Amino acid sequence: MKTYIAQRLGIGLLTLLGMSIVIFGMLRLAPGDIVDILFSTGGYVNPVERLAIEKELGLDRPVWVQYVEWMRQILTGDLGKSYRYDLPAWEIIRPLIPVTLELAILSLIVSVALGVPLGVISAVRQDTPLDYVLRVFSLAGLSMPSFWLGMVIILGLVAWIGWIPPVTYVRPSENFWLHAVQFALPSLAVGYRSSALIMRITRSSLLEVMREDYIRTARAKGQSGSVVIWRHALQNAILPVVTVIGIEFAFLIGGLVVTETVFNLPGLARFLVEAILWRDYPIVQNLVMFIAIVVIVSNLVVDMLYGFLDPRVRYGH
Amino acid sequence: MATRPLGVEAAPVSLGLRRPGAWTVLARFCRKKPLGAIGGVLMVVMFLTAVFANQLATHDPIATDAGQSLARPGPDHWLGSDHLGRDIYSRVVHGARVSLVVGLASTLLGSVFGGIIGLLSGYVGGKTDLITQRVMDILQGLPLLVLALVMSAALGPSIPNVVLAISIPIIPRAARVIRASVLSIREMQYVEAARAVGLRHVRIAFRHVLPNTMGPFIVLCTAQLGSAILVEAALSFLGLGVPEPYPSWGRMLSVSAAEYAQKAPWLVLFPGLAISLAVFGSNLLGDALRDTLDPRLRGA
Repeated sequence: MKTYIAQRLGIGLLTLLGMSIVIFGMLRLAPGDIVDILFSTGGYVNPVERLAIEKELGLDRPVWVQYVEWMRQILTGDLGKSYRYDLPAWEIIRPLIPVTLELAILSLIVSVALGVPLGVISAVRQDTPLDYVLRVFSLAGLSMPSFWLGMVIILGLVAWIGWIPPVTYVRPSENFWLHAVQFALPSLAVGYRSSALIMRITRSSLLEVMREDYIRTARAKGQSGSVVIWRHALQNAILPVVTVIGIEFAFLIGGLVVTETVFNLPGLARFLVEAILWRDYPIVQNLVMFIAIVVIVSNLVVDMLYGFLDPRVRYGH
Repeated sequence: MATRPLGVEAAPVSLGLRRPGAWTVLARFCRKKPLGAIGGVLMVVMFLTAVFANQLATHDPIATDAGQSLARPGPDHWLGSDHLGRDIYSRVVHGARVSLVVGLASTLLGSVFGGIIGLLSGYVGGKTDLITQRVMDILQGLPLLVLALVMSAALGPSIPNVVLAISIPIIPRAARVIRASVLSIREMQYVEAARAVGLRHVRIAFRHVLPNTMGPFIVLCTAQLGSAILVEAALSFLGLGVPEPYPSWGRMLSVSAAEYAQKAPWLVLFPGLAISLAVFGSNLLGDALRDTLDPRLRGA
C-alpha cells in the first residue's frame, strides 16, 4: 500500500512537471503580452518606458530563466505577483478558492443525488418507456451548455415569479438564504449536466451486476426486490461509479469556467478567464497548475477509495 | 478453435444469401435504434442547414438595422432580432455552418492525429508506448475546456486557431481509444501471419491493423463532435473563439445577449436551443453507433 501510494505520487509529480512545461510553453506562444494590452488601452507610451515595464515584470529575460524562476517560486510557496493588480498572486487567488470549492461540491452533490437514483431506476426498468424517458433526460443534460441552462433558469425565474437573482456576490454572513439561492442555481445547472455520465455508468454497471448468480440467490431466499437492488447489487455496482465521480470532478471545474461568468460569482474559474484575457501570466499559470493539482489529487483519492469500498482490490502490483 | 479475429465480419457464407444492401442496413438500424435514428436525422438537418444556409436565410446574417433593434419574433423576423437589428433566424442558420465546420474540422484533426499516435504507440509497444502514454496523461490531466481556453488565448481568436485549440485536447482521448483496440488486434493470428510472410511493420500497422480499429474510431468521432461543438460555443461565448462578424451560436449568447435577455429572451433561447439540438443529435447517434459497431462497449 505504501509503495503504491509513493509510486502514484511519483507519477503524479512527473505529470505535473510535464504539465507545467506545457502551460508555460503555451502562454509564451501568445502574441502580445500585458505590456501591449496596458499600452493599447493607454494610448501612446514612450518606448523607453515600455522597456522599463518589461524589465520590472521580468519579461526581458530568456524564457527558460523565467520558467526556472517560476518553478523556484512554486517550490518556495511564493506564487509571484499579478501583473495587472500589482499584488501577490496568492493574495488574489486565496479569497476565490472557497467560492469555487463550494460551487464544485454543491454541483457534485446534485449530480450524485440525481445520477445514482435515476441510474438505478433506469436499470431496474430496463427497456421500458420510463427507461427511455430517463435516458433522454440525462442525454439532454449532457447536450445543453451549462451556461445557457443557467441563463434560461434565470430567465424562467424572472418571467414566472418575477424574482431577479442578485447581480453581485452575496456572502453567507450577509444573507444566508440569498447566498444559498445564489449558489443553488448554478449548482443545479452544472450538476444536472454532470449527472448524465454518473447515471449512465450506474445503469450499465448495475445491469451487469444484476445478472450475477448471487443476486438470483438473494431473490430465491425471498428477499424483497428493493433490498436486493439497493443493498446487494448496488454495493458491487458502485465501484465504476466512484471512478466516474472522480473524473467528473475534473470536468466540473471545466464547466464552472463559463457558469461562474454567467452567474457573476467571484470564483477561480471566472478569474482565470479574466486573467487569460489580460495575459496576466503569473495568475494564469498558477491557476491552471492549481486545477491540474486538484485533478491529480482527486484521481489519487478515488484510487484509494477503491480499497476501502472493495476489499478484493489490492495495491502494489 | 476460433480463428476469426474479434470485430471482423465473417466472410459471406455462400448459401445463396446476399449481403444486405445499404438501405436494408439503414432500415434495420432505424428500427432497432429509434433514438439513434432521431440523432441521425438531427445531424442531417444540421448538415443541410449548413450547406444551404444562403438559401434558407431570410436576411443577411451580419447586416445591422438600427430601426429593427430587438424586434419581437414575427413575420419580419421569424425568431426576432438582436440589439443591432440583425435577424436571429438567419444568424442561427448561418451559425450551423460555423459550428459544423469548427466541430468537424477539430474532431477530425484531433482524432486522426491522436489515432495515428495510438496506433503507433500500441503497435510498437515497449518504452515508446510507455513514454507516449505519459505524455497523453499530461494532456488529459486538464479539463478539455481549460486546455482549449489557454490554447485559444495563446493562439489568438481566428477560426483556424479555434479548430487547433479544440483539436489538441481530443488527441489524447483518441490515442487512448485506438491504442486499446490495437493492443488486442496486434496479437491476432492474421497479424502474426502477415508478419510471417515478411510484410514490413508500417504496412502491417496501416493496412492490416488500422482498418479493424474503424468501429471504435467512428464511435469516438461522433461522440467527440458533440463536445467539440460545446467547447466551441463556450469559447465563443467567452470571446475567445470564433471572432466577429461570423455568426457563431456561442458568440450570440455572449455578454451583449445577456444584457438584453430580460427584454428580449429570444436572444438567449434560440441560439442555445440550436447548440443543444446539435449536440443532442450527435450524442444520440454516437450512442447508437457504439452499440451497433462496438458491442464490447455496450451500455458503458
